[in-house]
Amino acid sequence: MSKLPKPAELAKVSYNNPATDWMDTPVEFKPGMYCHGSKPKSLEIVGFPNPRDWRPADADWKLPENWKEILIEGIADRLKKYRSFRLFMDICVRCGACADKCHFFIGTGDPKNMPVLRAELIRSVYRKEFTTAGKILGRMAGARDLTLDVLKEWWYYFYQCTECRRCSVFCPYGIDQAEITIIGRELLNLLGLNIEWIAGPVSNCYMKGNHLGLEPHTIVGNLEYMLDDIETVTGKRIKPSFNRKGAEILFVTPSGDLFADPGTYTCMGYLMLFEELGLDYTWSTYASEGGNFGFFTSNEMGKRLNSKIYAEAKRLGVKWILGGECGHMWRVLSQYMDTWNGPADFLEVPKSPITGTVFENAKSMKMVHIAEFTADLIKNNKLKLDPKRNDHLTVTWHDSCNVSRGMGMLEEPRYVLRNVVNNFVEMPEDTIREKTFCCGSGTGLNASEDMELRMKGGFPRANAAKFVHEHYGVNMLANVCAIDRATLKPLMDYWVPGVNVCGLHELVANAMIMKGEKERTTDLRGEPLPNVQAKEEKA
Amino acid sequence: MKAIVSFVAVLLLVAIGYMGGSAGSTSRFLFGVVAPYSAFAIFVVFMIVRILKWASSPVPFRIPTTAGQQKTLPWIKDSKIENPSSVFGVVIRMALEVLVFRSLFRNLKTQLHEGGRLAYGEAKWLWMAGLAFHYSFAIILFRHLRFFLEKVPYPIQLVESLDSFLQIGAPLLYLTDVALLGAVTYLFIRRVALPQVKYISLIADYFPLFLIFAIGATGVLMRYFTKTDIVGVKTLAMGLISFNPAVPETIGAMFYTHVFLLSVLFAYFPFSKLVHMGGVFMSPTRNMANTSREKRHINPWNYPVHVHTYEEYENDFRDKMKEAGLPVEKE
Repeated sequence: MSKLPKPAELAKVSYNNPATDWMDTPVEFKPGMYCHGSKPKSLEIVGFPNPRDWRPADADWKLPENWKEILIEGIADRLKKYRSFRLFMDICVRCGACADKCHFFIGTGDPKNMPVLRAELIRSVYRKEFTTAGKILGRMAGARDLTLDVLKEWWYYFYQCTECRRCSVFCPYGIDQAEITIIGRELLNLLGLNIEWIAGPVSNCYMKGNHLGLEPHTIVGNLEYMLDDIETVTGKRIKPSFNRKGAEILFVTPSGDLFADPGTYTCMGYLMLFEELGLDYTWSTYASEGGNFGFFTSNEMGKRLNSKIYAEAKRLGVKWILGGECGHMWRVLSQYMDTWNGPADFLEVPKSPITGTVFENAKSMKMVHIAEFTADLIKNNKLKLDPKRNDHLTVTWHDSCNVSRGMGMLEEPRYVLRNVVNNFVEMPEDTIREKTFCCGSGTGLNASEDMELRMKGGFPRANAAKFVHEHYGVNMLANVCAIDRATLKPLMDYWVPGVNVCGLHELVANAMIMKGEKERTTDLRGEPLPNVQAKEEKA
Repeated sequence: MKAIVSFVAVLLLVAIGYMGGSAGSTSRFLFGVVAPYSAFAIFVVFMIVRILKWASSPVPFRIPTTAGQQKTLPWIKDSKIENPSSVFGVVIRMALEVLVFRSLFRNLKTQLHEGGRLAYGEAKWLWMAGLAFHYSFAIILFRHLRFFLEKVPYPIQLVESLDSFLQIGAPLLYLTDVALLGAVTYLFIRRVALPQVKYISLIADYFPLFLIFAIGATGVLMRYFTKTDIVGVKTLAMGLISFNPAVPETIGAMFYTHVFLLSVLFAYFPFSKLVHMGGVFMSPTRNMANTSREKRHINPWNYPVHVHTYEEYENDFRDKMKEAGLPVEKE
């Protein structure tokens, strides 16, 4: 692995363009800026083409002989299938409004990370193959041939985009680079050009139900550890159920929550909340993944992985589905699931058994985000909360890209947050809500070999966190995204030491006074509560 | 270099137009009648072709870019325009997008300061120049309708008087003439002065700017500086519109240059980035309501896929599941 430069060094971003035109500047694979290539086994499991051992830095990518044909056909096919793609190939005026909106451009200064230029990588080939002017005038019309260098450029830069959609908020025509990256990656996958950090989790998820490849007994075991910890903190032993038929609600969350902290603290939060409510719900070991790395591979793979959620809800005979805290999971659920695998007519319109609230907004897809669910609980005074237990924290809120720009869930988590913590500070307004910055590691780029890319991509987010850390003493960056929980921690450690990362329901569970709990002395992380600290200091 | 190529191309077009207008009556017929007719026909036919082509591709998923609070719980105020959940909201969102360039209005300038601090500043010049450019172009086109109508209707007269309300010079100076040339100049300077924008610019980005500048400049020259036979121009225009074209001898070459350049713009339009005029209406991230959870969106090409069923999963893990105390379908 390449050595990660010091933050002071990485913060010196050069925005100077190369001396040569971008079409004459071949891609250079810089260590630390890309992920390992997909392994043959990962592709074989899901029946993807061209499984073989390959390394991105190698000259020979072991492509099928007719790779060009495959790609051109692939483009033609997608132009017919997606109006977005066809339109976005034609209407860009290259005004450049998107350029400095991209976290990867801000963090790397690489002009090909400007969304407009990332799109031009593929547009130039579109012009050559699909427009008369491009065919006749070639370079004069901004067209170029699809060569191996161009293909490598696609691979390098479509895996330097996290499909966060920030550019699309600013584009006067709503051109969404996420759409172009999604289709670019689909094309690359026609040749077996995935990254292992996506392909591995995809094959895991396909066979075992979740990205991490946790087998059924491991899921149960992992939750048992959490239940032990909950007992230590609260004195209460919780007994959740798994794969239980006839439960009212199926709960699905990203498997990251089951695996490593700080996600596990969020997961403990869910368990405690459901226990306190006496919710009739079940976990599933089959549909044990809310996230969807298939979505970062191809539309079809996204659908294949997503199918488990409705299938399991049907098998278990639940009434509706509750979803945990995750970002891209909710882009997929909210904008794709019902279209892919619906109609979920075997389910009922979600209705909170505690408050009686009917979630009309999820009338068809039948799934509710836990932040919506909890906001409704608090509004109806169904939880006993003591936000003072979180007084050792000054919290800021990171809007995850997908729930912000692919759903619009902005106020629900803030409402919950304001009720469970006393110290809540917003980051600068141009870095939150619909203008929020990506963690820099989304869409399956949260590997370790591309750490420099991640730290560069996360630079704007970290910068905003640093601002509130220095001005208001913020020491906790809260969010509703499993990838954020996994990736913001190293990002904070690198750029803003002293800021920790947590999920929303960790804070909820810390503040929530449970029936019959013992007097708590620590939070879920085992750290002394502020009132206990004060008492100890007095003594 | 790309700018120079575009500049030279437009210069050539100017020369062609001027020579065409200066030559004999056949040539004037070509440049004054054949060129605008064919350009207009190309524009209409190929714009329709382009739009039909876009429309022929379905919108498989409901993918609005949500730029505000969703509609959920009744006590949370939703953003009815930035994250529309109704047709009305979408119509307003689109109207704002098309009429006042809402998204471009959001534009920010990201700056990296000493010590690695990022700051976001206002950046409204592009939005202002864009508005000035598009609106003055539209008003100028509208004003030109006077040439095609026997009696100049009141709305055109009103626009003309508003446009010249400063009462400068004779003939009166139109503000939109100044605004158009000013905005085009700004857009050009911006394109070459900002290194990032220069780096992404293609010949196809400079060419329309020079072309439109040349159209505006020839118009301005005719109105304010050289003498043009307005009566002759009107005769020609009326002839064109009534499909009974006549080419008066009295119109100068500058006019033919103006008309030829405009013809080139119209004919070029459907094959260029200028199609954003039609495309903006069809952008799925803007013209869709965020209702995918409330109402199922249908993908016309949705097809069955291979999935790993629960049965297969249980077959893989039955023993482990039983050992962990998990219920199974088959013992």
